[in-house]
Formats: sequence, structure tokens, C-alpha cells
Amino acid sequence: MTAITDISTSREGTARHSVLPALLPFIGVFTLAMILPFVSNDYWALIGTRAAIYWVLVAGLNLVVGFAGHLAIGYVALLTLGAYTTSVLAAGNVLPPVPIYGALIIASCVGAVFGVIVGLPAMRLRTFYFAMTTLGFATIVTQIALAWQSVTGGGIGIVGPEFSAPFNTPWGFYYLCIGFAAVATWLSANIAYSRFGRALIAIRDADVAAEATGISKPKLLVSIFLLAGAMAAFAGGLFASLQTYITPDAFTFDLSVLFFIAILIGGRGSILGPMLGTIILTILPEIAAPLAAWSTFLYAVLLLLIVLVMPGGIAALLDFKSRRPLASNRAIVPRIAGLSDVLRKTATTRTLTLRDVVLTFGNVRAIDGLDLDVKPGQIHGLIGPNGSGKTTTLNVISGYYAAKGGTITLGDDALPPGMPELRASKGIARTFQTPRVIGEASVLQNVMVGGTIEGEATFAEALLSLPRHHRDERKLAAQARAMLGVVGLEALADVRADRLQHSELRFIEIARALMLQPDFLLLDEPAAGLSSDEITRLGALIKAISRRGTGVLLVEHHADLIFDICDQVTVLNLGKILAAGTPAEIRVHKEVVSAYLGG
Amino acid sequence: MLGSIIASGLAAGAIYALVGITYNTMFSTSRVMSFTAGQLAMLGGVFGSLFMLKMGMPTLVGFALTLVACAIIGVITEFVAVRPVLKSLEQHLYVLSTLALALMIQQVTAIKWGTEPQPFPRIVGLGTGVWDEKFWLPVVACGLTILGLEYLYRRTLVGHAFMAIAEDNFAARALGLPERNLRVASYALAGVIGGVAGFAGGELMLAFFANGALLNFYGFVPVALGGLGNNRGALIGGLALGLFQQAANFLVGGIFSSVAVFAIFIIVLLAAPSGLFGSATARRV
Repeated sequence: MTAITDISTSREGTARHSVLPALLPFIGVFTLAMILPFVSNDYWALIGTRAAIYWVLVAGLNLVVGFAGHLAIGYVALLTLGAYTTSVLAAGNVLPPVPIYGALIIASCVGAVFGVIVGLPAMRLRTFYFAMTTLGFATIVTQIALAWQSVTGGGIGIVGPEFSAPFNTPWGFYYLCIGFAAVATWLSANIAYSRFGRALIAIRDADVAAEATGISKPKLLVSIFLLAGAMAAFAGGLFASLQTYITPDAFTFDLSVLFFIAILIGGRGSILGPMLGTIILTILPEIAAPLAAWSTFLYAVLLLLIVLVMPGGIAALLDFKSRRPLASNRAIVPRIAGLSDVLRKTATTRTLTLRDVVLTFGNVRAIDGLDLDVKPGQIHGLIGPNGSGKTTTLNVISGYYAAKGGTITLGDDALPPGMPELRASKGIARTFQTPRVIGEASVLQNVMVGGTIEGEATFAEALLSLPRHHRDERKLAAQARAMLGVVGLEALADVRADRLQHSELRFIEIARALMLQPDFLLLDEPAAGLSSDEITRLGALIKAISRRGTGVLLVEHHADLIFDICDQVTVLNLGKILAAGTPAEIRVHKEVVSAYLGG
Repeated sequence: MLGSIIASGLAAGAIYALVGITYNTMFSTSRVMSFTAGQLAMLGGVFGSLFMLKMGMPTLVGFALTLVACAIIGVITEFVAVRPVLKSLEQHLYVLSTLALALMIQQVTAIKWGTEPQPFPRIVGLGTGVWDEKFWLPVVACGLTILGLEYLYRRTLVGHAFMAIAEDNFAARALGLPERNLRVASYALAGVIGGVAGFAGGELMLAFFANGALLNFYGFVPVALGGLGNNRGALIGGLALGLFQQAANFLVGGIFSSVAVFAIFIIVLLAAPSGLFGSATARRV
């Protein structure tokens, strides 16, 4: 443990240094917002207030669209909902009048609930379906607002809520909204740069790997939809107050488009970008008055251009760091000696046991009665020709496929079939044949994703940036850096993962898997695409990992590596065991030699 | 009342089904669900009204021109919003590019045509009450379209080629099928189907720019219920949706019907993500 604490203390200083430049643009925007009243008139107060209110909504929506990657195009519906709820409660035309701040809070709660309802399909379906649900919701909310006359006033509308002094002047209200916008920025940044934010990006770009690290997609998404819905409805309440009088006409679909496109122009996975996007899109029609009628058309053209020409948005333009070239002659040199500091010695005596496992796809028996024992502290090799069921075996163990027959047990406990997101908590980690890393996140963040379930702070604690959340972050970051040191990628920690070479991605995956402190590590062709030097170092690393007590199941085509480091080898052919035994026995096994090794 | 429910329900359902088939036709050759499907149907109504009422063309000429115009919009969709993003199908950029194009179409219509619903001329001049042509015309159009598509897919070489591409794009290309041209053709065909939907439904829905977004959603519901690319599912789903919606409309009022449709949509998506008649999902690992 000493190494971790050493590293964490030495890193903390640099971490503080690196936060300030990231904050500067936000401080700049905030300062400009504070100066605005002294250099302009009431007309600009209106536009500034509008931008601030939109940002309250977009800040929440950004987590859904920019981070989780769900295309929510109908968020104007939640703005409408919030506006009407606040207005109706404050006006007291249905219930006794509620003070405006109370009304805002209740509206946020209503928005949170509906945020989840609209988001439900996103649990199972992505992209077009989710886009459609939000679009459908936007359509019906307007219809309801029109038809439910006794409450909403129908087409005639309803008076918006009014704030008391000092927030009842244009500039007073402006400052209030800027304050809320600042809080919204803070809240969304807290989530975005927490393990929850990283998990969201992991689900977006590498959902299979996210499941293997134990990230529960439904739980996380519900939290995000609650937050985004609440923020949108809160913005709705402010919007109603700004409008002073609301009718369904005020909530055109164009607004939804503005919110959505602001995020895409800003760039995925960024907060500054969407913020600038919101401000630009709010101001754009104002400074080009003849274009006002064409504003939606303009937004749509921008959207098309962004998609076709500049998928990264403003954030990619501002990302100067990622344009600096990387050293081209990088070598991965794992520091195996450091392993004992970061990987705790596994005390488990349990064996991962497969008995008579069967998996069929239609008439194909991909795995046909497989027995396998992976013992703690040993390396078990799984070899065989292509299509013999090696990767499929890993997928059954890690729960991506539910076996049609047989049992998988860990010690005395049966592993539930399917349910890949439960494997991490059982101490089973894995890598993938094609590395599944988040290209847009840094190497360090990728590795930190591996420790997501180790964090203790709840979503609410992260949202409010409470001490336990900071402790989690420090611990995860220190551990991830140490892990990167062990696999030899420390120098690349802050580089975007999609700039790395294939072989480096394989080592990132190993580091990520080790973050779980796994009892069992499943490696799927970790040596594929590596140079012979790298394979030797990889072999030593795997061996060192197993000596810490971790049971390793190694699927590999490099026979040399297998025979070098494995304690036990199982040879598969057409889903059945062709041979099993020590490397020495397998090397001379007649059928294996003729069927697979060649000789 | 039962008569009105069935008449208006089948009529609306037929339009939804046709929009659903428009989605499917584009999806089959490109694996892209395009937001322009509903806009094409909206344009069918707007172009029809423009050519026949504003310009005074005879019905047949107006109809033919409407279909040509919609087919052109379909082809534009392919060139502008689909072809450039096909390479990155995995990232679902098509959702954004087709949305952008759909918004452009809607906005141009709103500005050039106006934001008020405008009348659509009577086409045949047959029937009154529940037998009014505005009710049976969409149903007949839907039936003829389905028959035409069945003939195309089963009896003609081009239809077989469409099926081959829908089944396995790579294999079809390996066989030497002109995949790109067939895709353009399918987008033109989708434009025609959308145009038919809008033209036949013109008297019921009027020539109104906001129909596009509405039909985008109500046309997608049958596709989601029936499974992507499944025309039979879209037909059954569309008619069921129309009947259900109109029944709810007449019996309990408009708000409830939209809420009920939305609720059913979400519940079905959660219970059967690939649709009631859908196929299994793709391999992930």
C-alpha cells in the first residue's frame, strides 16, 4: 500500500494545478455574464436570462446526450411540464397557491419522475427508439396542455409565476438565473467527472466492457434521467416566469432542437462546449434579425454540418492537447515489481469450476459438455482451432451467454447464468478479443472505469461533491496510475485512448481488469497483435498476477506463450475437450499435435 | 358511432401503416431509420394541394407530379443524410443527419407553404358519411401499395435484388449487385410510398406542415410494434393503432388517446424490444 500513498501524494499537487486551466473558461464566461448588465440594456437582460435558463436544462440534458449518448430530442416536453406545473401551483387555480420556490421544487420532482418515464425505453433500446419516445412525449405534452383547459388554460394560457424583490426586475431576475446556471454547471460537472460520469461514457462507447466491470446500466440511467428531468422542469419554471404568460405555442419543437443541437455543436463528453453552444444558439437569431424565421433551418444545417464535417464539435476544436504528436517509438515495459503494491494478495481458495457446460446456437453446439477448473494462483490455458469455443467459454463464464446445460460454480456458490454485470462483484474480471476501450476518454479514465464498483460515495454524494466522493476519486485515480505503472503505460495516462496503438489497448484492458482486484482474470487473446518482445513481457506480467493468488484463464493462439506460463492447459475442438493436462503432456499429445499444433 | 370509429380508425391506421412501410423501405437497403419518413407523407399532402388547388392541375397530373417530387426528396435523403454516414453506422450518426434533413424540410415547408392547415381537394368525389372518400381512400391506397410491393418483391428482378440486399448486404455486393444504385432506388420508392400516404390522406389530415412530426411518431409506432423491416407487422400495427386511437378519441376524448398510445408504445418497447413480430437481436460479444 505504501506505493499507492506515495504516488497519490505526489500526484495531488499536479492534479490541483491541472484543475485551474480547465476552470478558466468557465470563470471567463461567468465574469462576462456578470459584466453584461453594465454594458447593455434590458433587451440583452432578456436574452442573457434566456440563455441562462436554457443552460440549466441543457446542463442536465448534456449528461443524457453528451455523456450517456442517448439521443433525447424532445426535452422541450419537460420544460413545458415544469413551466405549467410551476405556474399552476403558484397561481393556485387548482390547489391553494404555493410559494414560488416551493412550486419550483415540486415541479422539479414532477420533472424527475417524467424524465425517468420517458427514459425507460433507453434501458433496453438506444438511438432511434429513444429519440422517438422523447419526440412522442413532446407531441403529447403540447396536446395535453392545449386540451386540459381547466388546469392549463388551453390555448389562452396561464400567468407565469412571479418572483419577489429583488428578483422582479429584469436584471434582478437575470442575476438569479445566472446563479442557477452556475449551480447547474457545478452539479453537472460533479457528476460528469465522477465515477458515474465515466460509467456513463463507458456505457455509451463500450457497453459490453461496462457490464464486465459491474456497472449497472438501469440504475445509473435512472439516476441520470431523474437529474436531467428535474433540471429541465426547474428551467421550465424559470422560463414561465421569464415569459410572464405561457401558452402551448411558447413551447415549440424548435426549442427542443436548440437544446439538442447546442450539445452536439458543443461536443460529446464536454461541459464547456455545450455551454458555449447554448449561448451561441440563443444569441445567433438575435444578432441576425432577418434570420430569425429561419433559425430552426439554420440549426438543422449546423447539425448536418457537425455530423458530416466535425463530429467532435467545439470541444474537439478546443482540445489542443490531443493534437500534440505522441512519441512514435514507444515501448510497453511493465514494471512487474510494482505489482505487489497495487494488487492485493488474493486469499481465495475457491476454484472456478465448469461442469458439463453446454451452449447451443440453433443446431450448432458451440460448447458441448465442457469441464474446466480454474484454480487460484494458477494459469489455465485454453487453446484450440478457430471456432472451437474458446471465446464462447469466456462469454459463458462472464455471463454474456446463459449456458443451456451444466453448472458454473465459484467455490460452493453457483454463478447465475447470464447477468454479466454481476460478475465483477464476484471477483471475476476479463479482457476482450477486440479491446473494448473508450476512445474519447483518457487512458487513466479508462482504467478508473474498472474500479467503478469499488467506489463508496452514492450518486447524491457525487452530485454535491461531498468528502466521501473526493476520497473515492483520489483513491481510484491513484490506484489507476499505479496500475498503469505496472503495465507500463504510465507515460500515456492523460492521452486519449483512441490515439494509442493496438498493443497498448490490450495492456489498458489488463490494467482496467486488475482495478477490480479480481480473484479470477479471464484473458481473451491478450497477445494478439503484440510484438515478440511484448509477448515475453506480457507472459511475465500474467505470471506475476497469478502469483498474487489470482486464477487466470488464458485464451491464446500463441502456443509458445501458453506452454511457457500455463500450469494447466485444456484443448478444445468443436466445443469438446480434445485433451487436458500439464503443458508437457499437451505438447506431446498426439491428437493435439495433429489437429492444432501441427507437427 | 361504431361506424365512424371504424371508418376514421382504418383511415388513420392505413396512413400510419404506409408511413411505417416508408420507414421499412428505407431501412431494408440501408439499415437506417430516417426521420424523413413522416415528412415525406406530409409533403404528399402539401404537394398535392399545391399542384391541384394552387396551380389548378388535373388530379392525375397532380398525383404523378406529387409522387415524382416525393421520390426526388427520397433520393436527396439518400445523398445528403444517409450515404455520408453509412460508414459509421455503428455510431448512429444517421439519427442526427436524417433529423437535420427532416427539420430542414419541415422549416422550409412552414415558411414557404405557411403554418396554417390548408385544404386538400376532393379527388374522386364519391361517398358520404362514413363512406366518404376521405376515409376509404387511404385504406384503398394502403391496400394497393401492399399489393404492389408484394408483386415487386416476389415477381420482379429488382424486387429480388432488394430482398437480397435487405437479407445480407455483403453477400449481395459479393454477388455483384449494384448495391448503391439499389439503395438510391429504394429511397425513391420510399418517397413514392410516403407521397401516396400523404396524397391519399390529404383530405383527412389536410396540407399541414406539422403533420410531418406527428406522422414520424405515429408511423414509427407500428414499426416498433411490428419489428424493424417487417411490412406485415407495420400493416397490422398501423391499423390496430388507428382503430385504438380513434376508439379512445370518440369514447374518452383526445388527451386520453394520445396518452394511451404513448403508454402502450413504451410498454411494448420494454416488454418486446424487437417488436411483437420482430426477430432476434444481433450478437454483442
